[in-house]
Amino acid sequence: MSFEEFVARRHAAGELVVQPRMGFADPAVMRAGLAATKGAAAATVGTVTLDSYTRVCDTASVAHALRNGIALNGYPIVNHPPEVTRGMLDGLEGPDFPVQVRHGSARPADIFRAMIAAGLHATEGGPVSYCLPYSRTPLDESVRNWAHCCDLLLDAEHPAGRPHLETFGGCMMGQLCPPSELVALSVLEALFFYRKGVRSISVSYAQQTNMTQDQEAVSALRRLCAELLPEATWHVVIYAYMGLFPRTSDGARGLLGTAAELAVTTGSERLIVKTTAEAHRIPTVAENVAALEHAGAVARSVTERVVVDADNQVYREAYALVDAVLNSHADLGRAIVVAFKRGLLDVPYCLHPDNAGQARSYLDPAGRLGWSELGSLPLHRVVESRHADRITSSTLMSALSHVQNAYDAEALEQPMRAIGGES
Amino acid sequence: MTEELRAYGGGVVTEPSRRTVIVSSMASDSHTWNLVYLELLVGELGFDVVNLGACVPDELLESECLSRRPAMLVLSSVNGHGHQDGLRVIQRLRAFPELRTMPVVIGGKLGVGGALTAEETAQLLLAGFDAVFDDQQGAASFRRFAATLSAGATQVEA
Repeated sequence: MSFEEFVARRHAAGELVVQPRMGFADPAVMRAGLAATKGAAAATVGTVTLDSYTRVCDTASVAHALRNGIALNGYPIVNHPPEVTRGMLDGLEGPDFPVQVRHGSARPADIFRAMIAAGLHATEGGPVSYCLPYSRTPLDESVRNWAHCCDLLLDAEHPAGRPHLETFGGCMMGQLCPPSELVALSVLEALFFYRKGVRSISVSYAQQTNMTQDQEAVSALRRLCAELLPEATWHVVIYAYMGLFPRTSDGARGLLGTAAELAVTTGSERLIVKTTAEAHRIPTVAENVAALEHAGAVARSVTERVVVDADNQVYREAYALVDAVLNSHADLGRAIVVAFKRGLLDVPYCLHPDNAGQARSYLDPAGRLGWSELGSLPLHRVVESRHADRITSSTLMSALSHVQNAYDAEALEQPMRAIGGES
Repeated sequence: MTEELRAYGGGVVTEPSRRTVIVSSMASDSHTWNLVYLELLVGELGFDVVNLGACVPDELLESECLSRRPAMLVLSSVNGHGHQDGLRVIQRLRAFPELRTMPVVIGGKLGVGGALTAEETAQLLLAGFDAVFDDQQGAASFRRFAATLSAGATQVEA
């Protein structure tokens, strides 16, 4: 059974599929992490997250680290021979436990080859989302690389089923990107994969700062995918908040619980979790398992789906962005490059040279993300641009830590209330 | 600015009122919110800021430092490779005689297992960093360090 079939069956059975981000350099440790994920009391898929050196094609630094026992922050799939990776997965990965490779590379051809050689068929990323925030690779080169990787994936034989690609576009910058642009980028990357011939796709959306706005965003994402990916099988994957995470355990669990609630109320099929260690360090296997089980339990406790106005503000903005890009060039890869060059797509606070850097976002008092500067974004008739105060290091820090502080404060206040009782 | 000073070198030049600080990641680190924040913070301390962005290769870092001769280089890393990358980068930078005395600091989440040990911090200092700022310290100690630099017309907040 393929990645897509596993997720579809679990969803049909009323379960939210939960997934960690987990990667360890040592194959034995990686295997133990996957085994623990599989054994968790939740509907899980496995993750092999690669290390940062592999992401930037620095195999020499990986080799140096492996030789000298220096810790890596993920599994170096290109340096480990295919038989080592196959052995690491043997007996774990299969119809009841698909495994996805997660990396973050704008030059991922070697990663795709290594993954295919190891018998894996599911991965994620995209020409924009793994280029602009995470690399110095020129955007047009990233577009070419990702087109080539779609070919590599489609040309390989996958006994387990159709190869699966997930967009990372719904997670741009992790935080402070207005939801409409997250939706637009996720949709555009899905359409990029689709036009290359990929028919098994998932579209990401990262939890932001306001539940109602997030629910509108997922509704917009579904509506646009339904229009643009008619012959694909696709599902929605929610990412638990990717910005500064609460420092207290209760705060972290609370925020993860809200992400699970977002996933279930919007009919999303899969959730990427975060752990109580997130604010402090790379989580242990046990912390990942605890997060998977907590998210699964919260998901089971939520039964109601939310009804969202299909023609909401996030949809109108996302539609305008996608429409402007599609009108820029017949070839979608070229269209994306041209759109960034003209500022039709412009990610706030993104430092990449190919990003215009004129648009700015802000957090309104209700915790909704909006635009304070539109730059050349084609949204002048869609949103009322608000004039926000000039950003300083401390106002930026308060916007970045808004969610962290809110959930930590809630967690710290609870015992006080319990002691104080009704007053 | 430095280009012009070099091109017309030999005469007496007035020290510009704002000196340049380079803010940068290192080769394997893709995180940028830390850099966006530092750009604003260092700018508020009275410096011009050159922000080199994500995944800066060693060679680019070297050429930028050699050509700009910044008042300080601020390296920020949060992917857990900062200790290993920092040791490599500082040794390469200090190998250039012109960069021996350039103030270089590093900060962020520098190891995969949380805060660095005292020994790991000592290794970084011994290798040539002027200061190591752990993630937990906040901005205050970094501000104090930056205040000690001759930054021209710098007014540091208390």
